[in-house]
Amino acid sequence: MSQSTSSGMAASTAGTPAAPIRAGATPTARAETTRRAGRSRRSPATSLLLHGTLIVASLVAIGPIVWVLLSSFKPGYAVQSTDLTLVQDPTLANYRYVLFDTSFLRWLLNSVIVAAGTMGIGIFLSATTGYAVSRFNFPGRRPLMMVFLVTQMFPVAILIVPIYTIMARLGLINTLPSLVIAYLTIAVPFCSWMLKGYFDSIPTSLDEAAALDGCGPFATFWRVVLPLARPAVAVTAFYTFLTAWGEVAYASAFIQTDNQFTLAYGLRQFVPQYNPQWEYLTAAAVLVTIPAGLVFLVAQRHLVSGLTAGGTKG
Amino acid sequence: MRTVTAAPASAPPDRRPTRPSRLRRSWDRNWYAWAMVLPVVIVLAVLIFYPLGRGIWLSFTNLNEANQVAEICTKSITGGEVCEENPNRWQYVGLDNYVRVLTGQVGRFWEWTGITLIWTFVGVAFHYGLGLGLAILLNRPIRGRGLYRVLLVLPWAVPAFVSAFAWKFIFNERFGLANSLLTGLGVDPLPWFSERWTSLFTAIVTNVWLGVPFMMVALLGGLQTIPGELYEAAEIDGASPWQRFRAITMPGLRSTSMTVILLGTIWTFNLFPVIFLVTEGEPAGETEILVTGAYRAAFEGIRNYSLASTYGVLILSILLVFSVFYRRALRKQGEVW
Repeated sequence: MSQSTSSGMAASTAGTPAAPIRAGATPTARAETTRRAGRSRRSPATSLLLHGTLIVASLVAIGPIVWVLLSSFKPGYAVQSTDLTLVQDPTLANYRYVLFDTSFLRWLLNSVIVAAGTMGIGIFLSATTGYAVSRFNFPGRRPLMMVFLVTQMFPVAILIVPIYTIMARLGLINTLPSLVIAYLTIAVPFCSWMLKGYFDSIPTSLDEAAALDGCGPFATFWRVVLPLARPAVAVTAFYTFLTAWGEVAYASAFIQTDNQFTLAYGLRQFVPQYNPQWEYLTAAAVLVTIPAGLVFLVAQRHLVSGLTAGGTKG
Repeated sequence: MRTVTAAPASAPPDRRPTRPSRLRRSWDRNWYAWAMVLPVVIVLAVLIFYPLGRGIWLSFTNLNEANQVAEICTKSITGGEVCEENPNRWQYVGLDNYVRVLTGQVGRFWEWTGITLIWTFVGVAFHYGLGLGLAILLNRPIRGRGLYRVLLVLPWAVPAFVSAFAWKFIFNERFGLANSLLTGLGVDPLPWFSERWTSLFTAIVTNVWLGVPFMMVALLGGLQTIPGELYEAAEIDGASPWQRFRAITMPGLRSTSMTVILLGTIWTFNLFPVIFLVTEGEPAGETEILVTGAYRAAFEGIRNYSLASTYGVLILSILLVFSVFYRRALRKQGEVW
């Protein structure tokens, strides 16, 4: 919450022309609204329209989430009923069933292992690359940037088959490492691209100062730039984690037995073609979403600036 | 390490570089940059370019699950194994796969391409339009902006497969929220997944819902880099809101827009989970896009690896051609990146 309000302040500072006047002050939102309103003379009707639009949009945005959340507390017969009710016989039975009577916790563990493995290895490999591409103008830099962009275009269909056959030859099919390896094909270019964008925003004067103090490029990176980029690394790491967390195609193709499923594929087990059990699916969906969602909300601000910075300055 | 890296800086500049010494100097100047990118280059080579090359090669063969083994081994009476070469072993077949895919003998390439184009165009248009509209609203000083922003960005926080399940649940034909609302409005409930366009509609709704927050946040970031003085000046000159939007907002958002539209197009074109989980290609494969179609060709029924690779190569080619033209269009307008 504090993050969102501070972002609001930063935004209004940038958007208001009279910035120098209130440079030191921290005006309340109300004072600012009236000042701006005085300039653009927003009528009550406009204001109503503005808020109305935003409220409708917000409802659409959170509606499905709320609906799934509400449904997860309903018993099976209420979920499958055609009558529209918000709350009916609330119960925790769905959660109890999902947590203790299915392989959910096992899938959760698998997902955590795969996603954390991808994240750790991906970040470890790409951090120095992001730095080199951001700072040094070496032969091969532009082609490398192009490769990072082009790999974003690779459809699942083109790598999945050769990787599958390679994994089969190595005897890795139906193991978690096969998924980590497959996800690295997405994570490594993506992390390098993102981190490059973030490193671009760290002033090069810091590098120069470090070089004057006798640091080589590696020491500069390790002791000066990386500590400063810690939030950026955290965001990139988190996004990589989420990508691996939600991947479906490789997981469906490589994993064949119940005890190796990741969540993204395992959840399908609740809703087979015949006799789907939506009440369990909704409960599992809520359990999967809560931790990811919370961290994401903290991280998302930095995420986009990194993405677009990488794109526009490349 | 320190002494080596300091060396090129302190070395006297060489006036007449000969060929070997230029190589040498390039190495001295760049070795650490190359060392830094080396791990990623190795990973790219082993995990992406080798499989990519293999994938392209497979698309010229007839490899599938049935003919993949090189030798057929049978147990003999003595307990040992006798192996002989598989007579139907997979082999090079030239352009056969491409001919069969493009002429529609297998799969429905052109139909899927059409669906993919509709899916991508509609998806990105709504992502961008709604994202831009919401970003502009949120860029105004308005009470509760922080709250709106958090609520509007929530769909992005939900893993895509969870959202896909959520929307499939909402569009359930018997007890889904969508049909309950329709009934409440006095309209007959729709069997969403038994007709092509309603089925595709559910997937597009899901995709739009998923993708708007990214565009919104990215464009909001872009809007905040436009200096407020420009609007002030335009207002003094008597520019209408529409003129201000056309003359200040859109040009100011150009570079951000171009990046997010390119990324959005690529992502949506290749977006696997939504179609795979929401419509599952229903009815009867009529809402399949290229990636999901190719996936089903490869991993359902008798796995046809070569055919899937062919699709992969075709999809990648389409995207590469698109991005080349896109970049060229940008360059014509003076945008370089």
